[in-house]
Amino acid sequence: MTPREIAVLVLVLGGAFFAVVAAVGLLRLPDVYARAHSTSKSETLGAVLALGAVAVTYGIGFNTLKVVLLLLFMFITNPTAAHAITRAAHELGIEPWTGEEGDEP
Amino acid sequence: MIEQVLLGAATVFILVSLVGIYRAVAGPTMPDRVIAINFIGSNVVIVIALIAAAIGEPGALDIALVYALLNFLLSIAISKFQVERGGVL
Repeated sequence: MTPREIAVLVLVLGGAFFAVVAAVGLLRLPDVYARAHSTSKSETLGAVLALGAVAVTYGIGFNTLKVVLLLLFMFITNPTAAHAITRAAHELGIEPWTGEEGDEP
Repeated sequence: MIEQVLLGAATVFILVSLVGIYRAVAGPTMPDRVIAINFIGSNVVIVIALIAAAIGEPGALDIALVYALLNFLLSIAISKFQVERGGVL
């Protein structure tokens, strides 16, 4: 295996791992705020790692510039969108979940 | 070798998106559904980029860029028009 293949493999495995973490958070956590917290952070890191794998695949060139622009765009906009959704949820009057362990809604 | 790795990662991202579909259908409140749709859209952008690298079609990267823009715009627009006089940012 060449060093480029090893780098692509490691980045892709990291991206898939963080995507699975985001999915588990979306499935298991109790309310909107917890789900937004888990999903936005893990999904942003997974996207950065997976798009980094694509950039490493292309090598140096014009396509890499496009992939890096896409990476920076997602790195900025994904947390911003999560913030806007969560603030809209707060203004809609959804209360954060403060129950005991074991009685999730 | 690299093609198989990228296609395998695209498969993982597609399977993970099924959880987002479940949450978009079952989510008790509206922001739950918006978060799930945002999650699915991000996964679709990543899948388009991975497949563009795997099959050697660099034109698909432009599609991924436009899709990321539309995904962000959708989340902001739905959040803004849910609330009265919406200032969400």
